[in-house]
Amino acid sequence: MKVVIMGCGRVGSELAVRLEAEGHQVAVLDINPDAFRRLPPDFKGRRVVGNGIDQDVLRRIGLAEADVFIAVTQGDNRNVMAAQIAKHIFHVPKVICRIYDPIREEIYRELGLETYSPTRTTVQRLREMALQEASPRRE
Amino acid sequence: MYVVIVGGGKVGYHLAKALLEDGHEVLLIERDRARCERLEAELGDIVLRGDGCEVGVMERAGFNRADMVVAVTGDDEDNLVVCQVAKARFQVPRTVARINNPKNAEVFRRLGIDHTVNATDAILAHIEQEVPVHALIHLLSMRGGGLEMVEVRIPHHAAVVGKRLREVLLPQQSIIALIIEEDGTPKPPDPDTVLRADDRVVVVTRRENEEALREILTSPARYGPYGPLVAPR
Repeated sequence: MKVVIMGCGRVGSELAVRLEAEGHQVAVLDINPDAFRRLPPDFKGRRVVGNGIDQDVLRRIGLAEADVFIAVTQGDNRNVMAAQIAKHIFHVPKVICRIYDPIREEIYRELGLETYSPTRTTVQRLREMALQEASPRRE
Repeated sequence: MYVVIVGGGKVGYHLAKALLEDGHEVLLIERDRARCERLEAELGDIVLRGDGCEVGVMERAGFNRADMVVAVTGDDEDNLVVCQVAKARFQVPRTVARINNPKNAEVFRRLGIDHTVNATDAILAHIEQEVPVHALIHLLSMRGGGLEMVEVRIPHHAAVVGKRLREVLLPQQSIIALIIEEDGTPKPPDPDTVLRADDRVVVVTRRENEEALREILTSPARYGPYGPLVAPR
């Protein structure tokens, strides 16, 4: 599958490498060229420098042919806007949008975006870990 | 009206000031502390410090009773989110977003923002007014349906000069909304109104008919690529 990842941070770069290893065609977009240092030298996918909320940049990276678009920059609003452009303008069949703010995540999920909130997920997981098999001290 | 403005830069400041002078209730949301202090010193107690994209801040700002929310930060993505959340969560009746990248106008329209304002287009319109080759000036894009409001200045050589409106064959779904005479007097169009050189004609039309409209109102020829420009008597 053709996958476009916006944001080459820890998550974006790791995901790109993993998907490529699984045989997918991956292109990575970041506003900062230094970010591509996180990709290993043998990464074969395209690296495009540019702003993901600019339609021309998204067209250049091949969003019109992409099967999957994943927005994982540090900015919630940037992810939200790019994901909506991918979904409503480029009609990418699968669009995933990371939103840290759980409230905004809920709003955009209701508006039809496929969203992922690391904050919500981490809180749930930490809560489970904290309470799992934990028992109060005995005095 | 109660108007909430997000973004306390130059645009936000001047907008807040003008709305206050017109007697509206205004709240200005700004993230930066130092800028908030300056704004408060100038405008009084109408400034809320916070991130206008956060739902908690929107609640404190009273988005649920706002008649209008105007997002004028320097980041298009922030302006988009403010307007979308205002509509989805707080049912704000009207939202206006500033667009910094003119290419985003179409995106914002498709994503349900009521009105967009962009300085680049506004300045271009002024430049076009100065340059006679651009006889057609965009005034407004209307949401839904691809309708535009444009202004055409009638040149001296145009075939339509001296014709009554009933004789002018406009493209389909084009309506003359207003005629502004050379001295600036506006007059409502009437089938018997006679077009004069230097009249400015405000027309609602479809985007795809713009070129045909420009041709009809400005071309010296009686016949153009789109057929007869003036109906035979």
